[in-house]
Amino acid sequence: MSQIEVLKDRKSQIHLKGSEPFEMTCDRHSLSGSVSQRACVFCGSRVVLYPIADALHLVHGPIGCAAYTWDIRGALSSGPELHRMSFSTDLQETDVIYGGEKRLYAALTQLIDQYQPKAAFIYATCIVGIIGDDVAAVCSRVSREKGIPVLPVHSEGFKGTKKDGYRAACDAMFKLVGREDTADVSPFSINILGEFNIGGEAWIIRKYYEKMGVQVVSVMTGDGRVGEIGRSHGAALNVVQCSGAMTSLAEMMQKEYGIPFIRVSYFGLEDTAKALYDVARRFPDNPEILTRTMDLVKNEIRAIEPDLKEYRKDLEGKRAAIYVGGAFKAFSLIRALKTLGMEVVLAGSQTGTDEDYRILEQMCDEGTVILDDANPVELSKYVIEKDADLFIGGVKERPIAYKLGVGFCDHNHERKIPLAGFIGMYNFAKEVHSTVTSPVWKFAHRRRRV
Amino acid sequence: MLLRHTTAAVAERSALTVNPAKTCQPIGAMYAALGLNGCLPHSHGSQGCCAYHRSTLTRHYKEPVMAGTSSFTEGASVFGGQANLVQAINNMFTIYEPEVIAVHTTCLSETIGDDLPQIISKARDDGKIPARKFVIHANTPSYVGTHVTGYANMAKAMVDYFAEKNGVRSRAVNIVPGFVEPSDMAEIRRIAGEMGITPILFPDTSNVLNGPLTGKFAMYPEGGVTVSELTRSGSSKATVALGRLAAGPAARAMDVKCKVPCHILDLPVGLKKTDEFVDVLRQLAGVQVPDSLEVERGQLLDVISDMHQYLHGVKVGIVGDPDQLIALTDFLVSVDMIPVHIVTGTPGKKFEKRIREIVKDVPHRVNVSAGGDMFLFHQWVKNEPVDLMIGNTYLKYIARDEDIPLLRYGFPILDRVGHSYFPTVGYRGGIRLLEKILDALLDRKDRDSPESGFELVM
Ligand code: SF4
Ligand code: SF4
Repeated sequence: MSQIEVLKDRKSQIHLKGSEPFEMTCDRHSLSGSVSQRACVFCGSRVVLYPIADALHLVHGPIGCAAYTWDIRGALSSGPELHRMSFSTDLQETDVIYGGEKRLYAALTQLIDQYQPKAAFIYATCIVGIIGDDVAAVCSRVSREKGIPVLPVHSEGFKGTKKDGYRAACDAMFKLVGREDTADVSPFSINILGEFNIGGEAWIIRKYYEKMGVQVVSVMTGDGRVGEIGRSHGAALNVVQCSGAMTSLAEMMQKEYGIPFIRVSYFGLEDTAKALYDVARRFPDNPEILTRTMDLVKNEIRAIEPDLKEYRKDLEGKRAAIYVGGAFKAFSLIRALKTLGMEVVLAGSQTGTDEDYRILEQMCDEGTVILDDANPVELSKYVIEKDADLFIGGVKERPIAYKLGVGFCDHNHERKIPLAGFIGMYNFAKEVHSTVTSPVWKFAHRRRRV
Repeated sequence: MLLRHTTAAVAERSALTVNPAKTCQPIGAMYAALGLNGCLPHSHGSQGCCAYHRSTLTRHYKEPVMAGTSSFTEGASVFGGQANLVQAINNMFTIYEPEVIAVHTTCLSETIGDDLPQIISKARDDGKIPARKFVIHANTPSYVGTHVTGYANMAKAMVDYFAEKNGVRSRAVNIVPGFVEPSDMAEIRRIAGEMGITPILFPDTSNVLNGPLTGKFAMYPEGGVTVSELTRSGSSKATVALGRLAAGPAARAMDVKCKVPCHILDLPVGLKKTDEFVDVLRQLAGVQVPDSLEVERGQLLDVISDMHQYLHGVKVGIVGDPDQLIALTDFLVSVDMIPVHIVTGTPGKKFEKRIREIVKDVPHRVNVSAGGDMFLFHQWVKNEPVDLMIGNTYLKYIARDEDIPLLRYGFPILDRVGHSYFPTVGYRGGIRLLEKILDALLDRKDRDSPESGFELVM
């Protein structure tokens, strides 16, 4: 296992800090034949739009694309649950030959009649792009007939990476913005973008802002509602979390409605506090907001600090490997792990940009391995070489970590506990602690030798 | 109520599937390919499909699942995926060093019309396939059939590519298991062993998808049928297929290609269906059924008789794949239970006919749908409640909303462990199924019965 080769063409997507000047190729398409951990455009669109709970989500394609994305995220809703159903046109051979437009029309009208959704998203999958269905035309026809927005999502899988899917989702969502009245929107108001309410995270964040005296017009898309998105253009500020997913919507809203945006992260104490302060400072006309923010941050941190100290005692000096979807998440994770006294020995992402990796390399210590679009062989090679105690990743990495006898923490959409906000940091510390200190690793061969 | 949007009134739907009871072909092909020793499955299409298939298999088996993808771009989807596949084959043999690459198509490459045999032979001509290494393929468009079809197609590809007859009939028996768990495959092998038969079992995912924690990451776990076994399988004296839909095509292909006579049976789930399997093995081996198996059979019978009053008249709703449902329905009926709603997502006319045949003496109306979905099943349950549901994890929504006990059985199981380690086939598997059925029913009874009806001894 020590002499694992790395695909020659992949060399430029792997960087060892300290060993060479920083230069990485990224944002490129995966090499054919790589056992890549990446997903497709459709996947990106689906995860972004999925939490809008009073909209209809219809996957236009063969059954698989819909089956695999049926209720895959723990994105919670406080009201309707329409988003948790899986609707598919389930294309058959004849549709592939003669086109699927008729089928799409029939499915769509039947669903709208039955569920009276506030809007409908129609996801185009690979095959739809090939057989040339005019999804947009069907959508606008149904929209006219039924009187609700019916929005095509151009998410054909082969047309790029997950990131392009985020963009396609934002394009569709942008069409909902500006449809509703904004008369009752306060001047001290924001939209929360890129927060999906996994395990109720959006609720936690929303409560912080409300305590600060800031009105949250809409959360996009956690516990999302079509009507809220419709009046989101009335907000004074867009607060965008996780650079990858929803920046393009913020950009469009800035251009069209002149709403400025800031980027934040709600992961870890530092980042959460910074996010709240950054927002508070945007409202100098109402200094009470800042005062309330300071109180809030102080109280929240005070409440969890003793527990964090306890966890830190056991975690100090342990080594972590991070492999997540977006690089932005990796930044927050590195800071949060430092709070716990842990060292990051591997950091990678599926979809980071050049700029992302530059920031990553600055944040990391000497000797840290930085990876773009990694495969399992590389991941396991570095986890072993760097003797990691913890792996943070998604569903496909979990069993690899366990096979190597290494603790694991899910930081993707599979998880059910909220990791955002101050309480999220406590949850994170607790989870990391429980997996890293689990007695099971004592029985794992590799660790036993050490 | 997670499924609060399910209405009780059943309406005709022709263009729409809601909450599917099936998934697409490639995942079945990928699973089957993992049952080939040293094999790297390869998805010829865009990245997304492959990521989804791997994730789903990983969630079900809680094991790493390796597979390559051709990573189609827009260019490939206009000009065809030949260049991608040839490059992929080259990269995979160079870096991941598999013995075999098993390529399956996706909707995308099928629709574009990529000709896999031609591309594979081009790869060979270009010297991209090292000596004594192999590339095999199966066509798996998802707009035809389901994950079961995909499994069947890849199992058949193993025959098409490898089986050879060398003129001498060996004493070996081929066994093709259907789309069952690694634990089931191991159990099938054990039962054959008890009969004195060392089978060539393919696909065989035991020791691949239920492997131990070793502290190492193995790209190719130890299990799986080997290429040399598959080559010899063409000279075996017979092939036994377990599961008509998932295993039948491979067995028939073996018959056509190498004139190895085939016995196509149902999955050996429950007493009668295991009897049928054991009986065929007995004839093939020319032996008596050994005492060891007779004892297991007697034990299963013993459990049924001990508990039959708790099974009598229990109404069951089941969702699953055709091969499993046929055998399971037969078993349930044989222990005096009443399957009232039976849904598979896989279309097929024969299925309904066979189920009707099995339930013809059941004193109750039985709903059957081939090509149905969970939404329809839920509507049926709302209209006629059941005491127990059996099916994959997705049934848990209905179980919760309608407050009905659920036994997880089939694919995928995303929220429990055990299926990869403990079989449900054979006599012992029958005992395990009964144990699970009774646990579900009796736990519920203990919870719900009034004090006067609460029993210590059951
Ligand atoms: S495109 Fe076809 S093969 Fe890919 S996930 Fe969808 S249904 Fe399955
Ligand atoms: S078919 Fe395309 S859209 Fe569907 S999962 Fe595969 S790559 Fe994604």
